[in-house]
Amino acid sequence: MISYAWLIPLFPVVGVLINGFLGKRLGEKSGFIATLMAGLSLLVVLLIANEMIFGAGGKHTIHLWEWIHAGSFSVSLSFLIDPLSTIMLLVVSGVGFLVHLYSIGYMHGDPGFPRFFTYLNLFMLSMFLLVLGDNYLVMFVGWEGVGLCSYLLIGFWYEKKSASDAGKKAFIVNRIGDAGFLLGMFLIWVIADTLTYQEVSQVTSKFAVTINVLGIETTYASIIGLLLFIGAIGKSAQIPLYVWLPDAMEGPTPVSALIHAATMVTAGVYMVARTSPIYVEAALAMEVIAVVGALTAIFAASIGLVQNDIKRVLAYSTVSQLGFMFMALGVGAFTAGVFHLMTHAFFKGLLFLGSGSVIHALHHAPVEQQQDMRYMGGLKSKMPVTYWTFLIGAIAIAGVPPFAGFWSKDEILANAFFSGHTFVWAVGSIAALMTAFYMFRLIFMTFHGEMRVDPHAREHIHESPFSMTTPLILLAVLSVFGGIIPGFPPEKGWIHDFLAPSLAKVSQVTHHSSFNLISSAHAASADSGGHHGPEAIYLIVLAIVIAVGGIILAWSMYGKKSNIPDQIQQKFPGLYKILLNKYYVDELYQRYIVEPIYRLMKFLWNFDAKVVDGAVNGSTLVTVLTSRVSSFFDLRTVDGAVNGVANFVRFFSQVFKFLQSGMVQNYLLAMLLGVFLMLSAYLLQ
Amino acid sequence: MELPFFYLFSAGIVITSLFMITRSNVIHAALLLVLTFFFLAGLFVLAGAEFLAAVQVLIYSGGIMVLYLFSIMLMNVQVAVRIRQWHRQRFFAILILLVLGFEIWSVLGKGVFPKMKVWPWKLGATPGNVEALGSVLYTKFVFPFEVVSILLLASMIGAIVLAKKKIDS
Amino acid sequence: MIPLSHFLTLGAVLFLIGAAGVLMRRNVIIILLSIELMLNAVNVTLIGFSRQWADLSGQVFAIFVIAVAACEAAVGLAILISLNRDKTVMNVDEVNLLKW
Repeated sequence: MISYAWLIPLFPVVGVLINGFLGKRLGEKSGFIATLMAGLSLLVVLLIANEMIFGAGGKHTIHLWEWIHAGSFSVSLSFLIDPLSTIMLLVVSGVGFLVHLYSIGYMHGDPGFPRFFTYLNLFMLSMFLLVLGDNYLVMFVGWEGVGLCSYLLIGFWYEKKSASDAGKKAFIVNRIGDAGFLLGMFLIWVIADTLTYQEVSQVTSKFAVTINVLGIETTYASIIGLLLFIGAIGKSAQIPLYVWLPDAMEGPTPVSALIHAATMVTAGVYMVARTSPIYVEAALAMEVIAVVGALTAIFAASIGLVQNDIKRVLAYSTVSQLGFMFMALGVGAFTAGVFHLMTHAFFKGLLFLGSGSVIHALHHAPVEQQQDMRYMGGLKSKMPVTYWTFLIGAIAIAGVPPFAGFWSKDEILANAFFSGHTFVWAVGSIAALMTAFYMFRLIFMTFHGEMRVDPHAREHIHESPFSMTTPLILLAVLSVFGGIIPGFPPEKGWIHDFLAPSLAKVSQVTHHSSFNLISSAHAASADSGGHHGPEAIYLIVLAIVIAVGGIILAWSMYGKKSNIPDQIQQKFPGLYKILLNKYYVDELYQRYIVEPIYRLMKFLWNFDAKVVDGAVNGSTLVTVLTSRVSSFFDLRTVDGAVNGVANFVRFFSQVFKFLQSGMVQNYLLAMLLGVFLMLSAYLLQ
Repeated sequence: MELPFFYLFSAGIVITSLFMITRSNVIHAALLLVLTFFFLAGLFVLAGAEFLAAVQVLIYSGGIMVLYLFSIMLMNVQVAVRIRQWHRQRFFAILILLVLGFEIWSVLGKGVFPKMKVWPWKLGATPGNVEALGSVLYTKFVFPFEVVSILLLASMIGAIVLAKKKIDS
Repeated sequence: MIPLSHFLTLGAVLFLIGAAGVLMRRNVIIILLSIELMLNAVNVTLIGFSRQWADLSGQVFAIFVIAVAACEAAVGLAILISLNRDKTVMNVDEVNLLKW
């Protein structure tokens, strides 16, 4: 069955073709076709996973065809089936199928119905390519593909300006990250002469060469690691490029669940895990990843504490949870990171779909109130299925055993602690407390208490249709059992054995030999098969206390009637305002990055229009005057010189003008200038 | 025996193309370009590329250039004859092109001219040009060939979408 | 026999003439024609190499170049016609919406 892996991306291709060309004619039938295709992919994935998990396992390369071949550079389109890609495939196709199913109900009646499902299938195709590819270039193709689909789907309701703006923002911010990914890929090629994962992992010694960059002793691996991590920062919404993800909530909610919670945003985590053979040689890069992950986790969680938009809370929660995953990768616990990726896909997908169900029920309310939790409340009795599944998801993310989130999050924190990253561990624990708090704040504000819904919309509140509740129930089941089955007992669970062939292990020597920012020198080995002794027990107890404490705190502030939130708000108005406005990061970017660029462009244009042209005109004027005065002395000589100067200045002012003239011919001229320079370099060498 | 013809065709190509880029009447320019293409076809025959010569005449002169002429008829070209013909950047362009030409000449002189020996085209050893080209095109290059067909389709759709009149719905 | 250098020189000269046309003329149609000229200069070079190495790949490439030229002509002329419909634009430097 494994050799049929090419079927997995083929089904979405069929779906895209059918819905893309016949979508208008099919109408809402297109949803069933797309779902069928996603289901067939899921079927193939399940058969392959069955073989991988209960059968032979191992690594299998499915070579399709030679893609690029030029000189020594050769890339083939081939797929790699190994434990890591199996896990990712299960997550992507599983959640993907459920989201397709859910969208049939959610998007019912939308004029863009077929377009939506075309994009959704296109996304599945790209994500499969990303996960299946056996080399970085195929991954990059998928990487860009999911970026494109993300852009298309965020801006799905493009008639809304905020939606199309959010799409553009996501696209541009991701480009910044992609530049890093590309550079990292180039460097891998330069050093290893190959782009396939397996060949790269065989020549890791080439990456461990120590070099000196700007006075810092580091390795090639660290530079590659940092460059690739820039890509991951963009795609997985870490500090400082996370700003696109909260805005991405402008898209339809199933999209938020599939792309911006469960699958695409975890591509960065997958990429780092995939590159683990290089990262184990990259101590510096690992430290950076751990710190960035921890900071993102707490930063986003603190913003999530005060947001009132139900989807924004979940968006910041996603950013925060992605921070947890990077924390795990950074401290060398690759397995824990991938494990959290998996459980997070279950419960975050569930939470988003649940919030979509709530929004769907409120779609008769005024637009600005549909997603605002201050206008919800008391929905528990009206929507029992949504409530109970949502509650399960919230418990899972809060980290209460035996639900899924506990097992993965506890492993991350334990690994951070035992590898000596005490700072990372402390920050992560506080972020976990915040997580439990804001999730239950959301629950209490949405489902409990008195109903604050707009009176006209009240009678329309109803439980969602069958096609929407089924995915909720299935995901809820996964959120309950998806952690304990692969993850028990902690640190020695089945998933560790399964993923071991795919992920490199951090050896103590390389990890602590050079340039450690935070970790102490007496660190124990990380991810080496479990930690015993009382400390491990204390940590587990502490994690449970944190989770339950957060829930109780939320209950005492929002569950029962109290004015504590208002009091806090009044006591610390500045802090509240900063959090509510997301630390003003968007404003900072606007002020210090977007506007300066804009101003620079303006300045160049003004320079061109005023200074250069002015110089031309001014100098002509001045020289004409002078020539009048001195025409008496020698009319011809002076006039000639004057015109010469003027022409000279005009000539060069036109050269400057070419920079941004908007005329193709000027650009072609610049191109030829480049050709001239290259040829000159060749001739002069 | 081939060399005089080569010089003849080359001279024709260069002269007609120089005329072409200096015309202010676009119809004259297009017809001159057709002439250039005929000379080029002759050159291709000399180089043993008979099929390409036929393609040059049939597709290029017969198809693409007729498309140009039709489009010119559809447009209001009288305006264009009266306005200023030359772009402002022409002096700089000439400068760059001259330098570039000189550089290409030196590159050719550096790398190609001294070392090149002529390996004549083995006319007897290969099958007819069309047959050989066909067998290469449909075996080794079949995938690019199909891709080109998709490119043509895409440009066709693009051209229709761009050029059709907006229908008020 | 004709040496390769002759083909390459002719190709270079033709390319430069075409480039001169694109760079210096203002009339859009002439510019498009000049682009055809540049594409044909490439064809001359390809044919020359194909002959030199007795390898048909050069001719295959030339066929692809002709196909691309056909696409370019079709789309370019379509753009021209749509521009010409709204306002009689015949000069490239009047089409500068991408400015600043």
